[in-house]
Amino acid sequence: MTRVVFTQNLERHIPCPPKEVAAQTVRDALDAVFHENPQLRGYVLDEQGRLRRHVVCFVDGQMIEDRNTLSDRLENDSELYVMQALSGG
Amino acid sequence: MSTLLHVATRKGLFTYASTGVEWDVQSASFIGDPVSAVLQDPRDETLYAALNLGHFGCKLRRSEDGGESWTECAVPTYDAAEGEDAPALKLIWCLEAGGVDQPGRLWAGTIPGGLFVSDDRGDSWKLVRSLWDRPERANWFGGGYDEPGIHSIVVDPRDRDRLIVGVSCGGVWVSNDGGDSWECTTEGMYAEYMPPDRRNDPSIQDPHRLVHCPTMPDVLWVQHHNGVFRSTDGGRTWGEITAIEPSKFGFAVGVHPLEPMTAWFVPGVKDECRIPVDGSLAVARTRDGGQSFDVLRRGLPQHHAYDLVYRHALDVAADGDHLAIGSTTGNLWLTSNQGDRWEALSSTLPPIYAVRFA
Repeated sequence: MTRVVFTQNLERHIPCPPKEVAAQTVRDALDAVFHENPQLRGYVLDEQGRLRRHVVCFVDGQMIEDRNTLSDRLENDSELYVMQALSGG
Repeated sequence: MSTLLHVATRKGLFTYASTGVEWDVQSASFIGDPVSAVLQDPRDETLYAALNLGHFGCKLRRSEDGGESWTECAVPTYDAAEGEDAPALKLIWCLEAGGVDQPGRLWAGTIPGGLFVSDDRGDSWKLVRSLWDRPERANWFGGGYDEPGIHSIVVDPRDRDRLIVGVSCGGVWVSNDGGDSWECTTEGMYAEYMPPDRRNDPSIQDPHRLVHCPTMPDVLWVQHHNGVFRSTDGGRTWGEITAIEPSKFGFAVGVHPLEPMTAWFVPGVKDECRIPVDGSLAVARTRDGGQSFDVLRRGLPQHHAYDLVYRHALDVAADGDHLAIGSTTGNLWLTSNQGDRWEALSSTLPPIYAVRFA
């Protein structure tokens, strides 16, 4: 299972507690979370499904490479952190 | 007279209320978050606020209790498309109510250039493809932002299907059928920022702000990138107003709701130096359709003032006597006598994007 954790700063706008999901890729993991919490999608992704410009994702401490299709692979016990990029102010 | 003034800023929405003697902050919402547009729907008093969260995108919130509590609405979204440059919502730049007989209808102007309509008070939105799909849109370009945007939407009070929108930089577009078809009407405007053979091209004009006189909607005023223009034929043709002082550059324009020949502007030096002329803030007012201007300075800072008044940061109240202006420096001024004297309501607000009486 992958543990998905969102920045506490997002909690100010919308509930987003950590979730355990079964997923092969970052896309799968986020889709699984958004399936239960549809409103959260628009805070993390734009309408084209891309990671928002000033949001960053880390898988096991490494920043993901594919911000457009979110194809970065996950391990069975990965941790996926959704954080705010400091470029966003 | 109006008793509420909404002030949308870089760090929150502030609503001032008048006691009849003075104005004070009645409520503050979204503290810390950029509020790009505000609308209090005159048909049902619902308050809408568009947010531009630095990390988490554009949001739209709705309040039915004057800002005490807010509900999240949908935001306009662009259709799925291929490619890394597929369009996505960057900013809700303006919000307007539909006709009085169209309850729930809202219009939204956005960056990167989409006009959107909602018929359910913002619970869902539809891109107006008849404008988005116009081939001339390929000529549009950003003005102050990386991508073009719609900042002005005018709904004719005599005919809710007659719409006029202003695009930076993409001209003035008129629809007579509720948005089913559009015509770009900028005859008389010109663009100093383009090569000579493109200066009259309609679809590259940069109207910074477009307003109409609600009681005589065929009279429209535009603060354009390189001057002031007025139309008396519903936006079909435009005449340049050259008498404005102390300069012809600016963003904001307001028109008297009952007197179409009376309008206000806040001039700046020029596009490459966006500050008041000589560091002295002034409002330019005409009462004769632009033949002459009064330069109004009483109550405004006259030394080392670097306030810029953005395009939505000047509003004229329904009585035509009260006006508000808000600046990038966080100054908020009010006048009760058409600008003859200004009173500072605050000098410590965040940078102000929009002011709006209700």
